Amino acid sequence: MFSLVAFIPRAVQQGVPLLLGSTGETITEKSGNLNLGIPGVMYVGGISGVIGSFFYEQSVPSGNLNGFLAILIPLLCALTGSLLMGLLYCFLTVSLRANQNVTGLAMTTFGIGFGNFFGGSLIKLAGADVPSISLSATSAYFSKTLPFASSTGWFGKVFFSYGFLAYVAIIIAVICAYVLRKTRVGLHLRAVGEDPAAADAAGIDVKKYKYVSTCLGCMIAGLGGLYYVMDYACGVWSNDAFGDRGWLAIALVIFTIWKPDVGIFSSILFGGLYILYLYLPSGTHTEYKELYKMIPYIVTLVVLVFTSMRNKKEDQPPKSLGTNYFREER
Amino acid sequence: MENKEVAISLRGITKTFGDVTANCNVNLDVHKGEILSLLGENGSGKTTLMNMLAGIYYPDAGQIIINGKEAVIRSPRDAFDLGIGMVHQHFKLIDVFDATENIILGLEGKLNKKEAEKKIREICDKYGFEINTSKKIYDMSVSEKQTVEIVKVLYRGADILILDEPTAVLTPQETEKLFNVMRNMKKDGKSIVIITHKLNEVQSISDRVAVLRHGEFISDMTTSGTNAQEMTDMMVGHPVSLNIERPEPVDPKPRIVVENLTVVDEEGIVKLDDVSFTANTGEILGIAGISGCGQKELLRAIAGLEIIKDGKITYIHQDGRTEELLGKSPREISDLGVKLSFVPEDRLGMGLVGNMNLADNMMLRSYRSGKSRFFTEKKEPRKLAEKVVNKLQVATPSIDTPVRLLSGGNVQKILVGREISSRPKVLLTAYAVRGLDISSSYQIYDLINKQKERGAAVLFVGEDLDVLVELCDRILVLCGGKVTGIVDGRNTDKYTLGSMMTQKGEA
Amino acid sequence: MQQKIKEPRFHIVKRADISSKEAWIIRVIAIVAALALCAIITMVCTGDNPISIFATIFKGAFGTQRKTWITLQYVAILLIISLALTPAFKMQFWNIGGEGQVLMGGLAAAACMITLSGKLPNAVIILLMIVTSILTGAIWGVIPALFKALWNTNETLSTLMMNYIATQLVAYFTIVWEVPKGSGKIGIINQNSNIGWLPNIGNKYLLSIIAAVLVTIGMFIYLKYTKHGYEIEVVGESRNTARYVGISVEKVIIRTMLLSGAICGLAGLLLVGGINHTITTTISDGQGFTGVMVSWLAKFNPIAMIFTSLLIIFMDRGASEISTAFELNQSFADILTGIILFFIIGCEFFIRYKIIARKDLGKENA
Repeated sequence: MFSLVAFIPRAVQQGVPLLLGSTGETITEKSGNLNLGIPGVMYVGGISGVIGSFFYEQSVPSGNLNGFLAILIPLLCALTGSLLMGLLYCFLTVSLRANQNVTGLAMTTFGIGFGNFFGGSLIKLAGADVPSISLSATSAYFSKTLPFASSTGWFGKVFFSYGFLAYVAIIIAVICAYVLRKTRVGLHLRAVGEDPAAADAAGIDVKKYKYVSTCLGCMIAGLGGLYYVMDYACGVWSNDAFGDRGWLAIALVIFTIWKPDVGIFSSILFGGLYILYLYLPSGTHTEYKELYKMIPYIVTLVVLVFTSMRNKKEDQPPKSLGTNYFREER
Repeated sequence: MENKEVAISLRGITKTFGDVTANCNVNLDVHKGEILSLLGENGSGKTTLMNMLAGIYYPDAGQIIINGKEAVIRSPRDAFDLGIGMVHQHFKLIDVFDATENIILGLEGKLNKKEAEKKIREICDKYGFEINTSKKIYDMSVSEKQTVEIVKVLYRGADILILDEPTAVLTPQETEKLFNVMRNMKKDGKSIVIITHKLNEVQSISDRVAVLRHGEFISDMTTSGTNAQEMTDMMVGHPVSLNIERPEPVDPKPRIVVENLTVVDEEGIVKLDDVSFTANTGEILGIAGISGCGQKELLRAIAGLEIIKDGKITYIHQDGRTEELLGKSPREISDLGVKLSFVPEDRLGMGLVGNMNLADNMMLRSYRSGKSRFFTEKKEPRKLAEKVVNKLQVATPSIDTPVRLLSGGNVQKILVGREISSRPKVLLTAYAVRGLDISSSYQIYDLINKQKERGAAVLFVGEDLDVLVELCDRILVLCGGKVTGIVDGRNTDKYTLGSMMTQKGEA
Repeated sequence: MQQKIKEPRFHIVKRADISSKEAWIIRVIAIVAALALCAIITMVCTGDNPISIFATIFKGAFGTQRKTWITLQYVAILLIISLALTPAFKMQFWNIGGEGQVLMGGLAAAACMITLSGKLPNAVIILLMIVTSILTGAIWGVIPALFKALWNTNETLSTLMMNYIATQLVAYFTIVWEVPKGSGKIGIINQNSNIGWLPNIGNKYLLSIIAAVLVTIGMFIYLKYTKHGYEIEVVGESRNTARYVGISVEKVIIRTMLLSGAICGLAGLLLVGGINHTITTTISDGQGFTGVMVSWLAKFNPIAMIFTSLLIIFMDRGASEISTAFELNQSFADILTGIILFFIIGCEFFIRYKIIARKDLGKENA
């Protein structure tokens, strides 16, 4: 039987990495950078967290983890890893003015390779004496639900039963939406993405905005990778398990028409669509499930085509998206 | 010489782009509380020089001294901090933002639109602007956008304003309004530099005038102490007599008949409204009007590049057969055997492909012909390229050079050379001499006259009324998409044209 | 009152033009630097010395005759996919849907092999495979082109979505046709009858290589010497100019994407009918994306693509060898490939621009 109370938490858990990824990509795209390296960044974020917590768990006797450090170390590692990826992207596209599509794809190749390589070889490289990477102790801290989750019935299950990163994701999305819409920084950022030459002439440091927003975007997206391994996957890294969520996060940006607050609901919707195949009736025909898995992509495509048909000025991608800016270009 | 305080002093400014020297060792002073006209032909380096003050470009060499102190302007922000604001010819506004958001863009502090709007209103009242602060830029007319740009500069408290060809897009009334505002700002003690190449404006607004030629500073003088002839001679570098040949038309016969043509653009704005006229063989029909009054759309419509709402465009063959061009694509038109050539205003964005070499650009018109259905024929275009280069004295390293690397005049020669090589029956030209030096301009006039003598019907869209009056047999005047009259080029003067350009449909 | 003035130390100028020799020198320097960095990283991970690392890489790609053939076959497939994407890129149409187009071509081929086996003569089946896979690839390519032509829909994102739809379609049919039931995979199709297997020419690797050579020559001629190629270039450089001379931009976009998708479909056919004789969702192994980089690195020149695809496959195969030799994970190859790509991407800057240290002028005449 289909139970909404059981379905929503699963959809949310699927949605959180997408939300973090798409929030990160949104603020990146708002600066005019189309970062197709986000899938790679999310892998790097995830594996960096894994590496950090792996060494921390190895260094202390089992069961003696300090809860604070167990969260802080992977968190910092994930942020640093994805920040470095962001810096690399900015250095190539902003400072060296390389083609954004090609740079992004190369970063995705690199990032996924990086994640799978360390995921597969970490134990050998570290010479550790464990059969597989399973960071269940760390994961326990990450997936700790709010205290009143179990005592408040269905309400608690739907709203309180998530690890802290899920709430962080929502807070980040709300903050991003607020900053973009209501503050001067947001105004400037939108200007940079729309028309860098105009923003430049108005005295905005275009390079700085592109660097900062892209790096922050990557760090947020990296958290999505971290959430996935530590909370959703219970601390178990398996290669390629993260799958195509990174691409889905990029698709989600279009779906939300570049609005992080809309992203909160649409990512949960997408999370739901992503696992909908588990709930749709297929009888003995398990193959239908594969068709159901198409739904999020088809929905995105339809939204994409629909917004381009409607051609409303406010719903369009940032005008300079995908192009680099050089002030003295003639 | 007046002894006034100096606001800006430029010393030995040099700027190059690749092999092109845009400014060479320029020295220029701007005094406090004056309006200085910066005069020069297109490509003389006026805009580049001012862009260095605005922080868009950084000089290769030289010093900028602002209010007695040497300044380094690395970015527009540095320029603002020094009280310099520039209104660019191509407005630097964000389309999807409203006026207030554009005006406060780039400033510090907490975002408070209410406060900002109050301050904007104060500025508007002080200098006599009108502005709708919550209107989005994409809904605005050019003059509204310009107002936003000027207020944006004033909002930052600029004492030194640079206006780059501000009147090119304005009607005479709007120009007069702008000049009033400028006089108010001058009274307020601000220094203003206005870039222009229109002598009457120099005389009506400025206190002093400085002339640039080929990137070099030529001279400066008080406006009252000079005259149009002297300024022109300085701009051009040698005494100029604007005498353009005008052979008598031989046996003019109707070639293109346009009836009740109406064109509406994507956003629903009427660009051409009920336009009717006839273009004859062996005759140059000039088209005059303030920029953006439908000249471009008229040529594009005849060339098959506009979606036409209403009307008829009829082409009359030598033997009297007629063809309806309306609703046909450029390709269908040429398939009908209608030999139509078009020299568009945007040379590298439309007429030519900048990254392709000369020979490949020659192919643009002819690539469909040739023996094979599938393969391109490369020999003929190369021959044509050689011919055009030799005949029109195009300065180029070789015919394998990408067109974008050539100077404006040479680019135009290639475009015109290609377009007339097909011996057109109809020749459409838009701003054919824009950005060209005087000698190249004369070469182009000459080529156009030759086509006329050959019997082509020439439509010549121009902005310089003096040239129109001297070159064209008849002149059609457009105002806001409507025809305000067609006059005989031999019996008119530019003042008559000027007044026709501003009266809407009264004629 | 001589105050310290902070001037920019250097400034960046666009090069007017650069000889292709200089450009290649810069690229070679970048590749050498990248290889050096790769060697250092490998050293850190394995403790081996750099010379033997390069020896291992070389051994991995060209160590035995069989390995050489496999390397060349890989190059062939990657080259075909890159060539397929090239006309679209030249037109400034960012087709990153090569993955999906290859998959659909492969799916069509597999469908013919499975459903028609025994019902039609082998030659007819192979003919049908060729036709349907090319056609299916073309259809998959033309859908985003239609969106682009009609409503100017962003093609980067629409082609990306088409990839996943294709992946799921393949996943669906994988289960429909799975052998044995419940295994979740198709296995080798027609293993005993070899129906629908593309014929071996010389050896089993040569067919793809010959196909790649033909496509390379064909694409080179198509882009450089045909009217279509010329139109593609004009549309890519400036849509306005194209309209001005009477080229129907929409028609060119649609026609070019049909071609792009069709060649991807051909790659799918070779993968399924000629090489793997099965289909999986990962059969194109990300080459639709790698092809984007191969094509771009070669500046969309089909001949240069032979070298860029060889470089990528060489590194990929070599790095696999390293991972096997040192019992590391196969993904090591992706890391090394990524590093090389970053260097090559970055070096383009130095080809397009030059950095000039500021001259100390204007000091005396203050």
